[in-house]
This record gives sequence, C-alpha cells and structure tokens, in this order.
Amino acid sequence: MLTKRSLLASGFGLALTTSVLAQATLTAPPPAQTAAPAAQTRFITVSSTTSTTDSGLFNHLLPAFQAKTGIEVRVVSQGTGQALDTGRRGDADVVFVHARAQEVKFVEDGFGVERKPVMYNDFVLIGPKSDPAGIKGTKDIAAALKAIQAKAAPFVSRGDKSGTHAAELNLWKVAGVEIEQAKGPWYREIGQGMGAALNTSGAMNAYVLSDRATWINFKNRGDLEIVVEGDRRLFNQYGVILVNPTKHAHVKKADGQAFIDWLVGPEGQKSIADYKINGEQLFFPNASQPGV
Amino acid sequence: MDVSSAFGAALSLIFNLDPQFLQIVGLSLRVTLTAVLLAALIGLPLGALLAVARFPGRSALIVLVNGLMGLPPVVAGLIVFLALSRSGPFGAMGWLFSPTAMVIAQTLLVLPIVIALTRGTIEDLWSEYREHLTSLGLTGWRAIPTLLWDGRFALATGLLAGFGRASAEVGAVLIVGGNIAGYTRTMTTSIALETSKGDLPLALGLGLVLIILTLAINAAAYGASRIGARFAG
Repeated sequence: MLTKRSLLASGFGLALTTSVLAQATLTAPPPAQTAAPAAQTRFITVSSTTSTTDSGLFNHLLPAFQAKTGIEVRVVSQGTGQALDTGRRGDADVVFVHARAQEVKFVEDGFGVERKPVMYNDFVLIGPKSDPAGIKGTKDIAAALKAIQAKAAPFVSRGDKSGTHAAELNLWKVAGVEIEQAKGPWYREIGQGMGAALNTSGAMNAYVLSDRATWINFKNRGDLEIVVEGDRRLFNQYGVILVNPTKHAHVKKADGQAFIDWLVGPEGQKSIADYKINGEQLFFPNASQPGV
Repeated sequence: MDVSSAFGAALSLIFNLDPQFLQIVGLSLRVTLTAVLLAALIGLPLGALLAVARFPGRSALIVLVNGLMGLPPVVAGLIVFLALSRSGPFGAMGWLFSPTAMVIAQTLLVLPIVIALTRGTIEDLWSEYREHLTSLGLTGWRAIPTLLWDGRFALATGLLAGFGRASAEVGAVLIVGGNIAGYTRTMTTSIALETSKGDLPLALGLGLVLIILTLAINAAAYGASRIGARFAG
C-alpha cells in the first residue's frame, strides 16, 4: 500500500533485509584476516599443476618456506599448459610444472628466466580389477597401451593439455599407436583434471594414466587399481621457472627467486623427500642431477 | 560412498569449527554479500529508471538485460579474467586471483537479475500509482525513491535471487580467484576440489553446509520482511 509514510521516505530504499545482512558481514572482522592478513602481506603467486596440489605436497612444503622467509606462496593449480599460459600472461611470478619440452620452449620464447629441475615422481597406468585388456602385471607400458588399443578397452584421456596429457600422448607415440587416427568410442577425452579423470575411470571401468602422487592421495578408488608401473618411460620430471621480469616488470623477482632457490636447495629438497602418505614417499628430489 | 558419511562430514565440519573451514565460509559470505550489495546499489536505481523512463531503444535494452540474467558464470569469469590479467586492460591493478576479482565477477552475474526484477516490480507500481504520484508533484525520476521504497519487499526477493545465483556459483570464482588455499578458496571451489580428490563425503558435506547457510539467510530475510511488513502497515 502506498501510504503517507512511504511517500516521505527517501533514499534508494535498499531492500532492508539484505543491506542489513551485508553490512553485518562487512563490518564484522572478516575471519580471513587470521589466516591471510590483508594487503601488506609479502606474497608471490605460483602457477602449478593439479598433481602438486591434489597430492597435498604444497600443504607440506609451503609452511616451512613461509616460516623461514616470511613469504606467503599463493598457489593457483591448473594443468601444465594452462599454468604456463598463466605465466606467459604475467599472472604468476613462478611456474612449477611437469612437461619438459613445453618448459624449455617457455624459456626459449623469453617468458621464463631459467628452468631448473626440482624432483620427479612417476606415472602409473590405472585400470579396473576386471582388466579387460589383460595387461595387469606387465612392466612394458608400450605393450600395455597397444593391447588396450587392439581390444578397444575403455581409456580415459585428460585431454586438457596438462603435463599428464602430454606424457600420455608421448607414450602412445612410443607404443607405435597414431592415437589421432586410432581413437574411437573407447578413447574418452574428458578435458578435466587428474582427480576428475580418476573419478570418471572408476565410473566407466576404464584405464587411465595418472601421476602416482594423485593416485596415492585419491580416495574414491572403487574398483580401480594399478595395472602397470615401474617402466622407466613412466618417469615424470618437475621443473620450476621464474617468469621473466623483463617481459613483465611487476614480477616479484627477488621473492620468486628465493622460493626457487629454497626448492632446489638442501632444505627444500629434504622437505620434498620427507613428504609421505601412509609411509610412502611421493616425490623424489633430483635438483642436482644433470640433464633432467 | 553413502549419504550418511556425507552427513557425518557435514556435522563434524559444523561442530568442530575448524578455523580453515570457518575462513572458507567467511570468505564465501563476504564475497557473495558484497557482490549483492554492489549489485543492489547499482541495479536498483538503474532498474527503476528503466521502468519509468521512455527513450528510443528501451525495449531492446530490456530484452538485453533479461537475456543477461542467463549469462553463463564461466563466461562472466572469462571476461573478468581477460580484463584483470596482467596482459589485459586493468592488469596494473593486480586484482587477478584475489577476492576483489571474485566480487567483480559475481557483481556482473547478479546485476542483470537485480536490474530486470527491479524493472518489472517498479513498472507495475508505476502504472498503478502514476496518477497519484503525479498529483503529488512526483514525476519521472523524482518518483523513483518512493517507488523503490514502496516495492522494497518485492525487491528483497529479487536480491535474494541474486544472492542465490552468486552463492551457488563456481565457474566464475574458480577462474578469477584461482582457488588459492586460505585466500580465494570458497565453499563452491572447495567442493569442486574435494570432488577431484575423490573425497566425495567431504565434498557432499561441504555442499550440505552451503545449503543450510543459504536456507538460514533466506529464512532470516523472510522473517525480517514479515516483521517489516507488519510495522509498515
């Protein structure tokens, strides 16, 4: 009803309830401040892969680094292709990924200063216990992939230009399978992260290539298990690169370099080796090993 | 995975008051409510203006705003991402991967809803009370404050619809916030992350908490509007 009182009322008449609610939340001390104090915090942004985050490695490494240097590390986890692109756009100070050829190109194109090897883990081929391709227990990843293709057994591909996707495509090549021509309904590209690919494989009884760390940390295994492991060609090397400050002037050169130096130095390397789940070591530091 | 373990996870999240969890809930509410407040400040007057003003292209503008109510969050996120990226036009602000970027993206999503629903509400009121208001000397835009005040309870529903859209949304905040632990991780991005880790009970537990929160806020708003309506007579 239109009353005298409402005629007198002025202002934009923000719907009362919502504005009161919003103000209450805005004026109340935001709980975020205890964990992440506001703008004056010293921080760097690192774009990294889903495997390093999903495996819990960063939760283990970063507190030790921050305690020593006071630098907060904000990790955006993406597939390797997207993580490198984030660096290319200047939206991260450091990239920490696993696809050597792409990393080398990133530095050659002038977007990164220098690539340093940090650690490795390995890929494992995951599959259903029923094992429709009959490959369980073999150590030969090339033969296993060939059998999957020959029997048209369901296979889930990341299909997202991630490091694991790049490794998978490379392994098909090693197996002598032209996957672009050979793929059929059995080959399912889902365009999502490692965890989503494992969830999908579980639901479809499909084979899937996974990094071991994500697999160990993965809780929704259902009928899935490791079918092939231990082939040297399943080696998965991680590298770290400082985004080039001459390309992007705002890159936090000193703090980013401090993080890299810590990662490849004795403390970071030891911290990586110390990270275990159920007594199992997930990543193997190898910064001092040449040519990886 | 059974539903009871999800309820268990939800209950332990609520009753353990884990600081990390509280921080995630706090950030979600802060981002969403700030976005709704901003959308209200911009959208209520604009929607009312669109209701009472007559100008060429008005119909096209109304169709555009109505259509934008269906703007896919992931597209809104992508637009804000490209604008705020260091390589984009507003890169110098350094806002990408921050709560500020998330507020901007959600405001973009809520704004069309607020404008469109305000326009509808105010247009009805305007056609009903036009003569009365004009006789009191309130013509054109000068009638807007009165109309907004009078339609406040209907408009609150519009804002709640906007709140629902923002709080349920994951695509935009994931792209522009980056789901950084302790900084830009919200309820919805946590649910996406836990799902990808295969921890489905925890993901569903978080989902239950989010639904409970949304219900509580709607109940509070409904109660407040009932009380308000009684006093407004």
